[in-house]
Amino acid sequence: MTGLRYVYAVCRPFDAALQSQLTGVAGAPPKLLHHRGLVAVVSAVPERDFAEEPLRAHLEDLDWLTATARAHQGVIDALTTVTTPLPLRLGTVFRDDSGVRMMLEAREGDFLRTLDRLAGRVEWGVKVYVESAAGESAESPQGPDTENGWAAGKAMSGRDYLRRRSQRVKEHESGLRKAEEFAERLHEMLAAHAEDSRLHAPQSAQLSGTSGRNVLNAAYLVPRAQSEEFVEIVDRTKGEMPGIRVELTGPWAAYSFAGEKP
Amino acid sequence: MTVIERREIALVDLLDRLLAGGVVITGDITLRIADVDLVRIDLNALISSVNAQVPAPWGDST
Repeated sequence: MTGLRYVYAVCRPFDAALQSQLTGVAGAPPKLLHHRGLVAVVSAVPERDFAEEPLRAHLEDLDWLTATARAHQGVIDALTTVTTPLPLRLGTVFRDDSGVRMMLEAREGDFLRTLDRLAGRVEWGVKVYVESAAGESAESPQGPDTENGWAAGKAMSGRDYLRRRSQRVKEHESGLRKAEEFAERLHEMLAAHAEDSRLHAPQSAQLSGTSGRNVLNAAYLVPRAQSEEFVEIVDRTKGEMPGIRVELTGPWAAYSFAGEKP
Repeated sequence: MTVIERREIALVDLLDRLLAGGVVITGDITLRIADVDLVRIDLNALISSVNAQVPAPWGDST
């Protein structure tokens, strides 16, 4: 193959074949590059898109980033059905196969240790959102007043207006505080049922396109064999508290746990 | 394991993992073409330009 080498993951050697229809980030099928006791999963990518400058420009193009991220995930997902892959950061590119081999050799010890730590484990994502008007009124505290009061043509004194607004702000703050306490308790409980956990930054509603304010965005490393129990624990918390939504994603390859422990 | 409902993965969940997770390869022997850390900053700027950054409810305790 010609072109640069895009590396998706590092694994221990495995017997099963990858799905024949599988395509990588630039449309080429991923290949296995064996080196000593490790396997890099790589595909050829063209220099015009994946050399440093074009790649940097592409990564700021949300459509390109979306397509590339989904293709990368597709390969990782296929790998999780046959082994426990150690995923690499999006956009890890080498000049040629020998560059990939040198990297494998230089980091062999780290890779083997991390692969042992992750073997047979998956990652579950848990997010908590505050639903209800409380979350929205934070953006514009006077919004509801405008609808119910001014717009309806009702007279309202400045003092009433201020009192109502301060009441709403208080309700909002107490709702948010309750949600944060709930999220913190949930996180502690789930972390106790997981081997490891990570907190991601809360997601912006504009980017996620979901309703409510995200107060917890966490990842948990759980053995496959205990995943059913973990999922049940999360499911039981759904609907436990009004105005709060709990979302589960996964199972993921252990992306959030691929680095050395902080 | 029971069959879990699998909707299409949300892009934000994917980017949380692909841009913040995964093994970062650095060093002279690699080409290290993609400086994704830098790109992530640009993405954050993009995100904050459409929405005020939502602060974390508590410090990163991990």
